Amino acid sequence: MARFSSYEHLLRLAALFAVGIALFAGLRWLLVPADYGLIGPYRASALTQNQAHPIVYAGRLACIDCHSDVADVLKANAHARVGCESCHGALAAHAADPGVTAIRPDVRTTCAICHVPDTAKPAGFKTVNFAEHAGAESCSSCHQPHAPRP
Amino acid sequence: MPPPDRRAFLLQTGKLLVLTASAAAAWDYVMAGEPEKTPDYDAAAHWWAMVIDVERCIGCGLCVRACKTENHVSLEPDCFRTWVERYEIDPDDPDHPHVTSPNGGYDGFPPVTNEGVKTFFVPKLCNQCADSPCVQVCPVGATFQTPDGVVLVDKDYCLGCRYCVQACPYGCRYIDPETHTADKCTLCYHRITRGLKPACVEICPTGARSLGDLKDPNDPIHEFLRTHKVHVLKPQMATHPKTFYNGLDGAVR
Repeated sequence: MARFSSYEHLLRLAALFAVGIALFAGLRWLLVPADYGLIGPYRASALTQNQAHPIVYAGRLACIDCHSDVADVLKANAHARVGCESCHGALAAHAADPGVTAIRPDVRTTCAICHVPDTAKPAGFKTVNFAEHAGAESCSSCHQPHAPRP
Repeated sequence: MPPPDRRAFLLQTGKLLVLTASAAAAWDYVMAGEPEKTPDYDAAAHWWAMVIDVERCIGCGLCVRACKTENHVSLEPDCFRTWVERYEIDPDDPDHPHVTSPNGGYDGFPPVTNEGVKTFFVPKLCNQCADSPCVQVCPVGATFQTPDGVVLVDKDYCLGCRYCVQACPYGCRYIDPETHTADKCTLCYHRITRGLKPACVEICPTGARSLGDLKDPNDPIHEFLRTHKVHVLKPQMATHPKTFYNGLDGAVR
């Protein structure tokens, strides 16, 4: 037994290790979020948080739900591709509750967003000098925005 | 029965953990009395990509405004999740294109009518790289790639150290002046996971932007990529971007 008489220093070392490991585990438990690393090296709930952002633009399908008559007119002409909210603005609030009034866009300003001349625009895109073409006249006196051919 | 090997055991444990997490998330909605709001979106079934048709962009800036509205992006200077650039290339000096982007194209562009100069618009946004430098440099795991291929920021976990802003070769990140954390295009993750298009795609009047799901064999993006000569920005960076440009000029960086 004489060989094992002095082992106190080993016990002290073991205790030190145990405290160190417990400290590490405790701190890790405290500092690392519970859902960290479930899917990858990030908090899994960050996905749900990003998904929870509110929707501001309702999307064309939501518009067509009620306004299918306008969609039918649009279908056959040059503005068929243009999203409803491109001209009418963000309307998720209106789609969720029709009591929220949608603002009628100002025709001339709205047309000008796209149709002012600029050589950087692709060839074939219809542009017009508004002052020369119409003076102070509103675009909608001749053109219907939902069926733009004169 | 042979004992299960370590790989199989780890896989099983991993799946169990993920399922438990999603079940726990769903349970929150059930307890709140809104079980129909439980997210039934399967991220692993999608791999999102974006196609930009440069030849259709008219520089109206609707995408820039829609993005800011949809995502509550700060109106302060240099805060953009998407922006539009106008290139003007003088044939006598093709190596130095004149690139302008007044307020990111938020208010449109002052018209140019100088004939004889090659000029076009290029919309820019996060390239959703498959091997993105911004994810690699984040020291805390606050930016990551989702299982459906979107690079997102965990704004609660971000320190605002700006490493990712420097790492992005495309300049797609900025520091949110309100939260002082990194921010970037999320491909409207809240919209695409609910079956909607991103706000910029929804709003683009000429169809210059479209979202595609590379994992969906019926998605028209496959047909588009097969029949068009597409390019990505800075392929030499080996970031493997998932934003494809059709009709991209060699001068665009």
